[in-house]
Amino acid sequence: MVLNIENLQIPKGQSFGLVGNNGAGKTTFFSLLLDLIPPSTGHIVNNGVQVNTSEDWKPFTASFIDESFLIGYLTPEEYFYFIGELRGQNRADVNALLTNFEDFFHGEILGQKKYLRDLSKGNQKKTGIVASFIGHPEVVILDEPFANLDPTTQIRLKGIIKELAAQQEVTVLVSSHDLMHVTEVSDRIVVLNQGEIVKDIETSEKTLEELEVFFGKQSAIEESGN
Amino acid sequence: MFKYFITLQWKSFFRSASLGKSMAMKILMGFFTLYMLATLLMAGIGLFFGLEEAFPETDPLFLVSQYLVYWVFIELALRYFMQKLPVMDVKPLLTLPIDKSKIVHYVLGRSGVSVYNLFDLAFFVPFTIVLLLQGYPIVNILGWFLAMMGIVLSINYTNFLINKSDKALAVVLLFVVVLYALDYFDLYPVRAFFGSLFYGLYENPFLALIPVFLTITMYYVNYRFLRHGIFLDASLQQKTKEVATFDLTWTRRFGDIAPFLQLDLKLIWRNKRTKVQAFVSLAMIFYGLVFYTMEDFGLNSVMMVVVGILMTGIFLMNFGQFIPAWDSAYYSMMMSQNIPLRKYLEAKAGLIAVSVVVMFFLSIPYVYFGWEALAINFSTALYNLGINIPIILFFGSMNKKRIDLTKSPLGNMQGTGAAQFLVGIPLFGAPMLLYGVLSFLVSFEVALIALALIGILGFAFRKHLLDKITLLYGKRKYGMIAGFKERNG
Repeated sequence: MVLNIENLQIPKGQSFGLVGNNGAGKTTFFSLLLDLIPPSTGHIVNNGVQVNTSEDWKPFTASFIDESFLIGYLTPEEYFYFIGELRGQNRADVNALLTNFEDFFHGEILGQKKYLRDLSKGNQKKTGIVASFIGHPEVVILDEPFANLDPTTQIRLKGIIKELAAQQEVTVLVSSHDLMHVTEVSDRIVVLNQGEIVKDIETSEKTLEELEVFFGKQSAIEESGN
Repeated sequence: MFKYFITLQWKSFFRSASLGKSMAMKILMGFFTLYMLATLLMAGIGLFFGLEEAFPETDPLFLVSQYLVYWVFIELALRYFMQKLPVMDVKPLLTLPIDKSKIVHYVLGRSGVSVYNLFDLAFFVPFTIVLLLQGYPIVNILGWFLAMMGIVLSINYTNFLINKSDKALAVVLLFVVVLYALDYFDLYPVRAFFGSLFYGLYENPFLALIPVFLTITMYYVNYRFLRHGIFLDASLQQKTKEVATFDLTWTRRFGDIAPFLQLDLKLIWRNKRTKVQAFVSLAMIFYGLVFYTMEDFGLNSVMMVVVGILMTGIFLMNFGQFIPAWDSAYYSMMMSQNIPLRKYLEAKAGLIAVSVVVMFFLSIPYVYFGWEALAINFSTALYNLGINIPIILFFGSMNKKRIDLTKSPLGNMQGTGAAQFLVGIPLFGAPMLLYGVLSFLVSFEVALIALALIGILGFAFRKHLLDKITLLYGKRKYGMIAGFKERNG
């Protein structure tokens, strides 16, 4: 069993953080939300739409899981415009959105005349993350958004996600291995361990400490197990 | 150490998750290989006697020697397309504490026992045995055989050196053409000159040392090149080309499938494999010339239906058979983005339909051969539009193999599976059968009208058909996503 969740409700507008070691089922969980893999039992309802029976969740759900969400032979601009078209945004709308991310892009994305496949991993990631903000999605799913980014960009990304999460109608789901980042941007943290929910906490000042203690114990258990 | 490498190779084949499918493919390729080997074997046995009978005055070995120069260049050109040095497989090994020179020796050594060299052996071994049985001096023949093997291996290793540039291929092909022209127009006795050179290898067996030495040199050059070139970052680094943008606003008139059309056009233009296919498709328009000018076929023979289907539907087949695998690299995005599956398929069908219409217009000049040509092409175009588009999309729903767009287009079987072979049966077979039966029982005109009508009928029901196909794609979505993620399929 890769993932076994009895029941999990994420209310609208919450910023939701998912942490867990490798193999805990984070990406599996997100893939299920996006109907990229079928659940063996049970189902997922996104804003009243059951994801594996209807496609109606797609207009208000945006995501960036990994580089397989990018189209290698497009330039970043073309990619943004393509996503924009899919989400009913014209070029002007997309351009207006992109101006908010000039700092984040750090001059390495726009106007480079390069295909996405030729960009570095970090820059590909930036493109994918920003593309998931196009078209005012109500649910944004980001798998490991902080990985592969340089420290400055990580800090900027935190600001961006916090801003997004502050909007009442937007639900943000973020997974991360970085306990500090994820507690900073989330209202609620869920810890997965071997496919089970082992912790479900509202974030407070103590959360980071709590998480560190938990994962510290995990490593102690594994060591004694060995 | 080499034993490890070989077991790794073995595992990568048998542990591939798409083993079942690639097994079928490999078996098919295996049969083809066996057929080739058998043919070469027969040629190796029979050639001597054939030549002896045809040219009783000349030594058959001398005749063979005369053509060896062409063999060298043509084999070089063929290998350029078919044979690649498997360098990428060793990338994960580079960071491990394995002596780099060992890895290089392994890669080069493995190519030495490749099937292409086996083809040459299949010819030369029986040919040599026949020569020995015919009483040629043993030492001379063994020297000659050694020389031939040296040349084969030299070709093998030269190929890897020139494989990197298209110019080298042009030079090789130019050599063949120039040599042949010199010979053909009696400007220079090419065959006689090279014939005596190669025959010299037989007359003076110690000269066999030259090709052997050449092999060792080429091996060493390759070794040097790889030993110093095989670095993680060097092989990871890609040449980045500046983007060529072009105006696609005209696609707007196709309504809401416009963004997908634009995407597909960029896909075709910006990736090698698809670009080559597009050119091949356009070139296929000349296919008609071959058949229309043949006396054996009447303008209303069944063969012309095949020609019609192929000319107006070549893009349909080339591009269509790999739907949706062309999008495999980002298929999970396509499936989670705001794209209804139905629209996605409509866009693909639209693109193919445009190609059929374009190809039909290009084929209009064939009316020169008679109105029948135009009539056949028109009704086959309609048939393609109405029936073959849904069929190819239907078969696409069985695609589960990833296509890496950045890989070279030639001899690239990636994404090919049993479905690609099966699809030919309904695409060609059904219209051929229908036309053949009707034109035999009733008349040419009725057969054509029936083809066209069926096409129109399919077109009229396209919404309904597409609905059904969309359901299939929905059902097989998870399998596709999982399959497209697998890189070495």
